Amino acid sequence: MDLVVNGVEHSLDLDPRTTLLDALREHLGLTGAKKGCDHGQCGACTVLLNGRRVNSCLILAVTLDGTEVTTIEGVDHPVQEKFLEHDGFQCGYCTPGQICSAVGMLDEVAKGWPSAVSTGEDHLSDADIKERMSGNLCRCGAYPNMVPAIREAAGR
Amino acid sequence: MTTTTERAVGQPIGRIEGPDKVRGTARYAAEYQVGDDLAYAWVAQSPVARGTLTGVTVDPLVEADDVLAVLWHGNAPRLGAADDPELAVLQSDRISYRGQALALVVARTLEAARRAAATLSLEIDEEPHDCVLRTEHPDLYTPEKVNPAFPSETTSGDVEAAFAAAPVTVDVTYRTPPLHNSPMEPHATTALWANDDLVLYDSNQHPPGVAAAVATVFELPPERVHVITEHVGGGFGSKGSARPNAVLAAMAARVTGRPVRLALPRQALFSMVGHRTPTIQRVRLAASSDGHLTAIDHLAVSHTSRLFEFAEQTAVSTRHMYAAPNRRTGHRLVRLDMPTPRWMRAPGEAPGMVALECAMDELAVALELDPIELRVRNEPTVEPESGVPFSSRHYVECLRRGAERFGWGDRDPRPKQRREGDWWIGTGMAGATYPTMAQPSTARARRLPSGDYEVSIAATDLGTGARTILTQIAADALGVPVSQVRVRIGDSTLPKASVAGGSSGSASWGWAVTGACQALRSNSSSDEAVFDSTELVQKQEKDGKHAFGAHFAEVRVDAVTGEVRVSRLFGMYAAGRILNPRTARSQFLGGMIMGMGMALHEEAVLDPAMGTWVNHDLAEYHVPAHADVESVEAEWLEEQDDQINPMGSKGIGEIGIVGSPAAILNAVWHATGVRVRDLPARLDKILPHL
Repeated sequence: MDLVVNGVEHSLDLDPRTTLLDALREHLGLTGAKKGCDHGQCGACTVLLNGRRVNSCLILAVTLDGTEVTTIEGVDHPVQEKFLEHDGFQCGYCTPGQICSAVGMLDEVAKGWPSAVSTGEDHLSDADIKERMSGNLCRCGAYPNMVPAIREAAGR
Repeated sequence: MTTTTERAVGQPIGRIEGPDKVRGTARYAAEYQVGDDLAYAWVAQSPVARGTLTGVTVDPLVEADDVLAVLWHGNAPRLGAADDPELAVLQSDRISYRGQALALVVARTLEAARRAAATLSLEIDEEPHDCVLRTEHPDLYTPEKVNPAFPSETTSGDVEAAFAAAPVTVDVTYRTPPLHNSPMEPHATTALWANDDLVLYDSNQHPPGVAAAVATVFELPPERVHVITEHVGGGFGSKGSARPNAVLAAMAARVTGRPVRLALPRQALFSMVGHRTPTIQRVRLAASSDGHLTAIDHLAVSHTSRLFEFAEQTAVSTRHMYAAPNRRTGHRLVRLDMPTPRWMRAPGEAPGMVALECAMDELAVALELDPIELRVRNEPTVEPESGVPFSSRHYVECLRRGAERFGWGDRDPRPKQRREGDWWIGTGMAGATYPTMAQPSTARARRLPSGDYEVSIAATDLGTGARTILTQIAADALGVPVSQVRVRIGDSTLPKASVAGGSSGSASWGWAVTGACQALRSNSSSDEAVFDSTELVQKQEKDGKHAFGAHFAEVRVDAVTGEVRVSRLFGMYAAGRILNPRTARSQFLGGMIMGMGMALHEEAVLDPAMGTWVNHDLAEYHVPAHADVESVEAEWLEEQDDQINPMGSKGIGEIGIVGSPAAILNAVWHATGVRVRDLPARLDKILPHL
């Protein structure tokens, strides 16, 4: 099958059971997406599929023939610099997923999609950011530093 | 001597490996490319809590082309005697807990290994098991010591007479559930043999310790095992020593002649790598009517496994918190058919201070005394049990300054007084403490031809900021800017470091780094200096050295659902010299947030019939998520302590989880009048009483 990752086309011969996450990590050497739970419960494996954030551990790679995948290795976004500035991580294992998730989430906000806690026109309050980012766990508890990082990356 | 270089220590320098972490290029144990013939291992775990494994049958049709080996005690290589019985993997037919590794499948692909392991037929003679911790258990015993080497029992004065005479007493039992460290990176090892040398890319908190433990079981000289631990995705104690994954991966690599990767699935972490023991704690406090404690009595009951004795030091912090002429602490243990409990962030202090600090709150209510004032009235002048003066304490200052910063002053002490819409609102506080320790370590400093410096020590950075802080310490000791210092850590072949545990990393490694750098700086004729801190550390007085703090919480409790939200969590600490305010603040906040999880969310739920925890994943074992966390802040006092180590630093990685759960529980009482003495404070424990 052909998988386009970060703009590069790869020809892969995969077991049909191989998830996108394992294809990236074990077959393409792209280990930026992390395996935290392999069940879509922690968000560490978050990547962007045609710009939308997904848990790559829940997607079989064979279903993605011709899809554009963006992993942390292909992300160049102000949220990364803001994570450094605000110390938005400690161990770093959830970080690529947090950043991919934030990038995807800011695009959702730009499209006007409300979250469960959105009120009025403001879809990017701190409560919004937390709600929208709650699929990405951080056991180090760097959440209070990630929220301003994401807010500022959005120009607020 | 004068220097024009601004001191690096104390500066909020960003994490050195930060750019690698935000770009996804930082490598963790399962991420090394080690050859085209890499094989994958998958563990088959015991489906029963007690019994014997009599056979393993492999379906020859399952993944036949890809399976390379199926190992179990019937065919696995014999290992040498392990210091830790959990490392004697696949050596015996005995099943000691549900989830124990019984077999290992090695295959060419991850998918094949997983499928083959799931289809193995394990023949087991099951026996009745006992997994329930209870205070009336007939097999309760008093361990000789509790971790790491404290006496199990202490007593002074006449506790019973003091209780009989006291006008005000509190006698309460608090229960904390089994908890799981749940680092984001599951335990993983990539193993390869190069002739008779073993290389392990392993996720752990102590590369030299893992190398030594693995060398012992494979009967190799320690220098033949090389452990590489460049980055660690969190550990919180669960990676403090070698875990079965390291031995299993090495064994699989030896048998198959290939490099082998074993990344434990998340579910396996709940049984295979340790947990915090559940505790049942009875705390009795006796006081005069003006709020002076006359007796403190703290008895903690916890469990351990059949494999070995792990004795959580739950009541130890009670030995130095408050003054009282009559005092007693004790521990009881029972061996159950359960996985071995291990260290989890602030082992001992975290559960122990829940009971003590909630009991103090209950006493303050009984005395009609402000809980801060109660603590101030019982401030000891020396460490109560040892009689040794504190190297520094400043607990009262943390209480007072914290109260001021939090806005405690105008608090109505009565419960269930403040209602805003559907929310009952309350505030609570609790003290915090954590021992200040240092362990022997060795560091090497080199002057490079470029004029820069290389400082090496086999330490690890599991998100603590160790790499950054050691760079700052080295820069100051060398008298150069941090840009001229390169710190090498995360490799067992570097000079020997102590474990990243007990909040002792910065103190232990920083001591050795300071020594090596000072030695190099004072000897211009040599380009290298090595410093071993063993002698200095060993002759240090161990008693009387602690960090202290105070936690404050404001909660709101939904009057309709009983849901608790923590609106504000605030910590004020006296933790010696803060080496890097940016990373220190993050550590404090992280500990407090884990403390919030302990107070409200985290709980391994035992199914006694199955002998296991039913919620063994991150969907059902709820760790705090973004939306759970509102305002969390940490501040600290400027504290100078010249008796602890050359940097004057105390450990900060664990104190945030000590006392923060109690502050939240005390706030829940203040908001609602409901005392939750059985953690976590789930809504079903509150709602019936609202």
